[in-house]
Amino acid sequence: MPIQADHELSGVTVFLDPAGLPVLDLPRFARHRETLVALYSAMVRTRTFDAKAISLQRTGRLGTYASSLGQEAVAVGIASAMSDEDVLLPSFREHGAQLWRGVSLEEMFLFWGGDERGNDFAVARQDFPVCIPVASQFPHAAGVALAMVQKGEPGVAVAVGGDGATSKGDFYEALNMVGIWTLPAVFVIANNQWAISVPRVDQTRARALADKAVAAGIPGEQVDGNDVIAVREAIERALVRARSGKGGTLIECLTYRLGDHTTADDASRYRADEEVSSHWSEEPLVRLRAYLVAHHGWAKKDEEALLHGCRDQIEKAAEAYLATPPQPVRSMFEYLYADPTQDQAAQAGELGDA
Amino acid sequence: MPECTMIEAIRMALSRALKEDPDVIIFGEDVGIDGGVFRATDGLTQRYGASRVRDTPLSETAIAGMAVGAAAHGLRPVAEIQFTGFLYPALDQLANHASRLRNRTRGRLTCPLVLRAPYGGGIKAPEHHSESTEAMLAHIPGLRVVIPSSPARAYGLLLAAIRDPDPVVFFEPKRLYRAIREPVEDDGMALPINKAVLLREGADVTLVAWGAMITEANEAADQLAEMGISADLIDLASLKPLDRGTIRSSVEKTGRCVIVHEAPLTAGLGAEIAADLAEHCMTSLLAPIRRVTGFDTVMPYFRLEAHYMPDAARILKAVHNVMEFA
Repeated sequence: MPIQADHELSGVTVFLDPAGLPVLDLPRFARHRETLVALYSAMVRTRTFDAKAISLQRTGRLGTYASSLGQEAVAVGIASAMSDEDVLLPSFREHGAQLWRGVSLEEMFLFWGGDERGNDFAVARQDFPVCIPVASQFPHAAGVALAMVQKGEPGVAVAVGGDGATSKGDFYEALNMVGIWTLPAVFVIANNQWAISVPRVDQTRARALADKAVAAGIPGEQVDGNDVIAVREAIERALVRARSGKGGTLIECLTYRLGDHTTADDASRYRADEEVSSHWSEEPLVRLRAYLVAHHGWAKKDEEALLHGCRDQIEKAAEAYLATPPQPVRSMFEYLYADPTQDQAAQAGELGDA
Repeated sequence: MPECTMIEAIRMALSRALKEDPDVIIFGEDVGIDGGVFRATDGLTQRYGASRVRDTPLSETAIAGMAVGAAAHGLRPVAEIQFTGFLYPALDQLANHASRLRNRTRGRLTCPLVLRAPYGGGIKAPEHHSESTEAMLAHIPGLRVVIPSSPARAYGLLLAAIRDPDPVVFFEPKRLYRAIREPVEDDGMALPINKAVLLREGADVTLVAWGAMITEANEAADQLAEMGISADLIDLASLKPLDRGTIRSSVEKTGRCVIVHEAPLTAGLGAEIAADLAEHCMTSLLAPIRRVTGFDTVMPYFRLEAHYMPDAARILKAVHNVMEFA
């Protein structure tokens, strides 16, 4: 039967509604207080990092920074489902995923502070650094997945992009490759409704970005991207599927960009405050906190201890970052090739003793 | 020693690389059962399996992007772009990722990939099949750009490119694919990809060329010899990095230089070579440096392409011009 543009959507998976009330039986992992607290703590840590990064940028001590405010559940949900042998290929708004994978706060500050050493992760050594050119990480993920297949590794490549990324050819070409070669890859779309100033409705007439999986012959689904349980559950299923040799999945996480595109952006130029305010009621931290309070005795003192701990950690990391001297000027020549060329040596000579 | 053509030498190098390193993988459009449109990969999918010599969909962005991802995760992909005219979608991946990954991760992730593409004119091909875009790629920091001009150099340089720890763009002068036969030993010996090759030695003028232009320059040198003018002929082989030392030494000896390339004049690689000689060899120069190149036009459709591509006659004219100067 032909697929119609107005075909039935299969629905958006959600476990916790915005008020923190379960609307479905929770998956097994979400029945443990410890797991839920870890997910909640990771989101709080991400948001605290975000606030500190913006404050450092505003005071001239960090470069242009892309906030993940409101999207913490997507990042944390993805990474919490992944195993060490998987590879994360993030866009520039998955701070929570990188932190969960083991990228350190100091490395994150260093990267956004204009220092390549922030990409030389001490752990998660196979993970890719953030990808600035939109959607170009998806072909990389297909390539990583291909390498995993060739080498007989059990891993899965997990790439993340935004709603805007789904309009790019890179995304389609990579999705198609994943389909054709049955590659162990999971493509995640953090649909935060805005690609800088262009709203989702002007990005595509497709009813759901997940529908784009149809063209590649792989499964696609939508989840509530503000429900960390729903994100993690969907990613886990996709990872199991990929690991069992059944190929890739496209997962669209519905969320909302509560902040500006980056610190160089002023979203009030193109969207109404009322729209943003209305989305604050759906943001991901409130609902999980409400659930923890109602079902796992999460108390005010727990919350305060968590916030205090996050702030303390992040302040220390920021101080360490600010105290880190820049790399030697000559380092710009040192990592381009395995063996620097003669031209580079000659040009580095122009720097004198720097 | 068996004689072979350049296309056979390339196939021999690819086969050797597949045999000696299980991480080598080939993919591209029609490289599988069809063996590539020029037959560079003929028989390889049958010999090494369809998982190591893979047909892709028509997908240049993904071919290049997957090569980046696969290389960063431990493979040594040799990707084929069918013609340089179709390379442009892959440029994004080459310029934004392949060339930068080592640097932006401070060496944590690397990109040992090879991207092969037939380039240049001379085979009466359709539009978009005959361009020479090597300067565009040589301008990108972090890439290597290599161009062979003979079967033996194609074999040795391609092996070197595949074994190199960094991304290499390997342009093949398709006009020479079947034009020359020479003995090539399948001995697994790589040639250096940072060295130019001095193909013939003379005293009066230095000819610098690469790819199919070597054949033209060599013919010009033969004719010059009959007139009592002897030329150094340098095959660049590696365009990035450029072996400036070999060119400078030669020009310091001859005092005259004619650079030949099929690509358009403006901002071509000849400009870099001329500037380098002006900066470093001024006192040795007896005459202005001359460039014999394609024109700043679109590569003409094939009825006129012979008039666009430099030939021995144009090279001779330029050499006479510099000889008359001093």
